[in-house]
Amino acid sequence: MGRMGDAVSELHKLDMEAVKCGWLQRMHPLPKLLVTLFFLVLTVSFGKYDLQGLIKMGIYLIVLFVLGDISVKRLFKRMKAVLALVCLMGAANPFFDRETAALLGPVVITGGMVSAAVLIVKGIFAVSAAYLLIAVTPVSDVCYALRRLHVPKIFVTVIMLIYRYVIVLLKEAERMTDAYMLRAPEQNGIEYRVWGTFAGQLLLRSMDRAQTVYDSMMLRGYDGEFYLREKRPAGCTDYLYLLLWSMVLAAIRIM
Amino acid sequence: MHMADALVSPAVAGTMCAVSAAAAAYSVKEIKAEDLDKKVPVMGVMGAFVFAAQMINFTIPGTGSSGHLCGGMLLSAVMGPFAGFLTMIAVLVIQCLLFADGGLLALGCNVWNMAFYGCFVGGFLVWKAVTGKKMTKKRIAAASIIGCMVSLQFGAFSVTIETLLSGITELPFAVFFGMMQPIHLAIGLAEGLITASVLVFIYEARPEILYGFAQDGEKDRGRMSRKGAVLSLGLLALIIGGIVSLFASGYPDGLEWSMEKVAGTAELTASGTIYRMAEKLQGITAVLPDYAFKSSDSAAGTSLSGIAGGVAVLTVCLFICLLIKKVRRREEK
Repeated sequence: MGRMGDAVSELHKLDMEAVKCGWLQRMHPLPKLLVTLFFLVLTVSFGKYDLQGLIKMGIYLIVLFVLGDISVKRLFKRMKAVLALVCLMGAANPFFDRETAALLGPVVITGGMVSAAVLIVKGIFAVSAAYLLIAVTPVSDVCYALRRLHVPKIFVTVIMLIYRYVIVLLKEAERMTDAYMLRAPEQNGIEYRVWGTFAGQLLLRSMDRAQTVYDSMMLRGYDGEFYLREKRPAGCTDYLYLLLWSMVLAAIRIM
Repeated sequence: MHMADALVSPAVAGTMCAVSAAAAAYSVKEIKAEDLDKKVPVMGVMGAFVFAAQMINFTIPGTGSSGHLCGGMLLSAVMGPFAGFLTMIAVLVIQCLLFADGGLLALGCNVWNMAFYGCFVGGFLVWKAVTGKKMTKKRIAAASIIGCMVSLQFGAFSVTIETLLSGITELPFAVFFGMMQPIHLAIGLAEGLITASVLVFIYEARPEILYGFAQDGEKDRGRMSRKGAVLSLGLLALIIGGIVSLFASGYPDGLEWSMEKVAGTAELTASGTIYRMAEKLQGITAVLPDYAFKSSDSAAGTSLSGIAGGVAVLTVCLFICLLIKKVRRREEK
């Protein structure tokens, strides 16, 4: 399976995970989104040598992974690109910051090593938090939470439409790539002479599809309003979830 | 160029979110004036197209590597800068949520670095300035390549500034800058070539799809003229030269840094009559030595140096362009 096939399969798996019947999945999306954002702000606010404090933030992730029954394997897959980036950024720190931070027997731990480790842990925590949010909240619910936060309607609608059509176009692009590869074996990618025709054809098909989408939306009575499924109002459990996590996370940060 | 959450501090993330939100709010206001009902499905499907197209590997000849499309530039060329910008934000949100490509907190930075520069600087200002009143294949190709390269340079520069302001890396500004800019120049060229080939294909197959194209070949949409776009680009250069140059003044550049490590000094001295004469001549001609007023280290001097540099480069470019135009006209006669 190619990159596009992998992406489609990943989207399907995430969808399946988000519609499980756990209590975390059933919760109102707004508190989940707000707690995630609060967690991220607190995580990145730790000083560059504060590894000890930062690690405590992992409590939130462990609790959610266990309670939400979420696959950790998929998280590692998502982590690859981010880890490569933060490792690259942090790799220079041990060379430029050579001040001794601690002694581990005969081994000298420099400030640069600590700051690089903090950077990597922050990267891991941030990706995990975003993954936890999307693993227990379908995209349509995230969009609903965004609307509740007064994010403009047009913007939320575009996210919904992209999410709806990304699988369709990924499959179309995959079909085109497969067809090309079968006709031009032993090539790593699309040759420069057909760049324009290849992606251009996909673009033209997309534009035609957009017209069809617009026509069908009009036939179904589209009046500029994209109606999201109304959620039940946030209840006591939802407010409690928000309040408890806010207090716990703030306490960890202050300690 | 997607920034992860770990690379930004809350202050930088918050500021960039506010700035990007302001640009998005303005775009929403502008787009509401257009045919919104019809535009929304196009934005959705085109966003999905960019997503899919960015997963296609285009082989770069002679390098063994591959590149992909410049999304912001392409979307702006097809839907206009405001719709393109909003669509790019939606693409970035989905990439961040579903594929961990860029952080949720760093979204403001990513929107600014990729969507804003791609859509407004590359896809609007450069596009307008280069394509002018009449679109041709050559102009479209030139606009795409220059637009991608310029927007990626701005984006890479912003990544450097945002990371350094966040206090994340110990890399000196000059080293970080030296690493980021050249590599993104090459990436910009590759992305520009791919984007150019797609837009030229569209121009040949269905030109009416391109934003601002009318049947007779004259541009009919958009409020900014070519002159306006050129002036805006000039203004942008002045802002970069005048304000951003202040950040760049504190550290040695890559060459100076290397010399300091090797020779122990950033400025080597040479003796001899020719060297003395050259030094004397430089002392007379250098109005702003070391990017500051003579015998002063004031910030105003640094700003003025940035602006003066920008104006000088602009003047030289203008002179060369006029010269080429004159020679070409003479040849045509």
